[in-house]
Amino acid sequence: MTTLANALIVDPEGGRTFRGGVTIDGETIAEVFEGPRDGIDCEGRALAPGIVDIGVKVGEPGERHKESFRTAGAAAAAGGVTTMVTRPDTLPAIDEPERLEFILRRGVEASPSRVLPMAALTKRREGREMTEIGFLMDAGAVAFTDAAAVESARVFQRCLAYAAGLGALVIGHPQEPVLSAGACMTSGQYASQLGLPAVSPVAERIGLERDLALVEATGARYHADQISSAAALPALARAKAAGLAVTAGASIHHLTLNELDVGDYRTFFKLTPPLRSEDDRTALVEALAEGLIDVVGSFHTPQDEEEKRLPFEEAASGAVGLETLLPAAMQLHHAGLSLPLLWRALSLNPSRLLGAPTGRMAAGAPADLVLFDPNAPFVLDRAGLRSKSKNTPYDLRRMQGKVLGTWVAGRRVFGAGAA
Amino acid sequence: MFEHRHLLGIEGLSRADIETVLDLAEDYAALNRRADKRGEALRGLTQINMFFEASTRTQASFELAGKRLGADVMNMGLAQSSVKKGETLIDTAMTLNAMHPDLLVVRHPSSGAVNLLASKVNCAVLNAGDGRHEHPTQALLDALTIRRRKGRLSRLVVAICGDIAHSRVARSNMILLGRMENRVRVIGPPTLLPAGVERMGVEVFQDMQAGLAGADVVMMLRLQKERMDGALIPSMREYYHRYGLDPEKLALAKPDAIVMHPGPMNRGVEIDGLLADDINVSVIQEQVEMGVAVRMAAMDLLARNLRARAA
Repeated sequence: MTTLANALIVDPEGGRTFRGGVTIDGETIAEVFEGPRDGIDCEGRALAPGIVDIGVKVGEPGERHKESFRTAGAAAAAGGVTTMVTRPDTLPAIDEPERLEFILRRGVEASPSRVLPMAALTKRREGREMTEIGFLMDAGAVAFTDAAAVESARVFQRCLAYAAGLGALVIGHPQEPVLSAGACMTSGQYASQLGLPAVSPVAERIGLERDLALVEATGARYHADQISSAAALPALARAKAAGLAVTAGASIHHLTLNELDVGDYRTFFKLTPPLRSEDDRTALVEALAEGLIDVVGSFHTPQDEEEKRLPFEEAASGAVGLETLLPAAMQLHHAGLSLPLLWRALSLNPSRLLGAPTGRMAAGAPADLVLFDPNAPFVLDRAGLRSKSKNTPYDLRRMQGKVLGTWVAGRRVFGAGAA
Repeated sequence: MFEHRHLLGIEGLSRADIETVLDLAEDYAALNRRADKRGEALRGLTQINMFFEASTRTQASFELAGKRLGADVMNMGLAQSSVKKGETLIDTAMTLNAMHPDLLVVRHPSSGAVNLLASKVNCAVLNAGDGRHEHPTQALLDALTIRRRKGRLSRLVVAICGDIAHSRVARSNMILLGRMENRVRVIGPPTLLPAGVERMGVEVFQDMQAGLAGADVVMMLRLQKERMDGALIPSMREYYHRYGLDPEKLALAKPDAIVMHPGPMNRGVEIDGLLADDINVSVIQEQVEMGVAVRMAAMDLLARNLRARAA
């Protein structure tokens, strides 16, 4: 039995914080208590359920030079991410049960954080034939996504209908593919000044509206991986009000950065979907506060220097985020969002969505925990990241919020005394 | 005073910077009309023209400008070569950098590529056009031409017509003419206007007749034939009817209005052939002439800074 005492407990389920601690028995939380007690002194720092990050790209198989399970796992542990829900857009794609088993095996042997794999929705992510959703579920796939829009509405409808029969969760990437083809910025004055090909947020709205119409027709469980613009929010609100099994995520980057951060063609700010206007960002933060946005993730996408040191249009898209998710989320906390509210989106909601027992601060829940100081300031130095790729948009940024310790299944994987 | 290491765009230039370039270019324009055209400003310096996108006119203009000022000029046509072999832009730049050039003139099909390259080399970089972003020497030569014809470069009504969305010439000119306190109008169908253009300090017109009314300067842009494939305009003939400059439409501008075009022209698509050749209104040949002078001035000023830093 280990007792973590004198902490500020963040309870997303109860929607409150309080002084107290937890006792850990083996792999599970034995007790959550209020008030003082003997044990490891957490010095009043925050103790919350570990982050469950949906949409992590690990470079295995195929791009191990960008990120391996070992480096991603170390980054996750250092970032308070206790479960990585991995993307299937690897080389080759995770579209067969055998490949999914490889991910599970590598996750167990190389990563201190848990790995829950997602599988591709269509074979080779080509948007033509659906994958063996049933076999993949049996093998342990927690959700199905192509990590890109399935262009054909017919194929997507059939995938949704088949998935609905199995109760599988389909994760869509709402984006009208023809409108957004070739775009690397959000259309508007700023993209026009830079002379970069751009797409209107209308493409996201059209993509979401299409997906939601098909969800309504098929009764599938659907999660939109990333909503990034104000234009898409009303459709989401309508679908939820109508009682559809629909949830939505947002990336921490779209919640904390905007298109102006691209500055002088800084390719570390090239993301998919592209960074939006400040109006979109504030609308997204508001949607998170209201619970319209259910999940916040890092969309960790490692890219090496070669693919980023190119003219903006040609550079690869995406940013690493496992280690910066928590401090970036603290930016939202210091701007007014409560810790329990943030932890619903970072841990409780994604766990519920995937049917995982994590995300709760309660007796019997897995002892996946993160201890952090929400106020500790630092300047991010990307060279210090544990990820093999260092493509973070927060390089040299003043941040607040440091992870002090991470536990996975009762075992300390980060911080003093990590095993 | 012109305290810049590179000339990457008009965006970074002040009014005084622009006037400095134009004043010196005026001197070079006079030199270029003499029998002995030789200057000394770039003697001993090496100028490399790196064109990742095919160009005849701009490359010739830069080459001549460098040679007239005594630089050793090398041309590299990169539109097909090493880029296709998988070498990255930065590798190409580093390779050239190791040869110690002093002036690098770069054209590239991607917006921002010249800025990226400039951050990796030790020499002075001149942007000869990057994607849809900027083409600063074109805007400067247009400005010099306007100043010579109109006697001033402010308080003029300048109408820029055509494919604004895909034009780096339009971007640079909008910035320069705005900075010099002119009224800038852009004219084109909505499909050829960039998003957010109305917030870029210009007046936007879809009706060419209305846009031309009272203009001192009419600047026509080249229409790329590819634009029809993307369903941006229905046909060449409809485009010419609505947005092509002919004597009837020009009659709506001021009686002494001048007509400009950055070339190469599509006669009968964006401009009437006879109008383009009418020396009473068309200043297209003078633009080409001023191009050499402006490029001499820009390279001279950057070379002075290079030498001052080395000293």
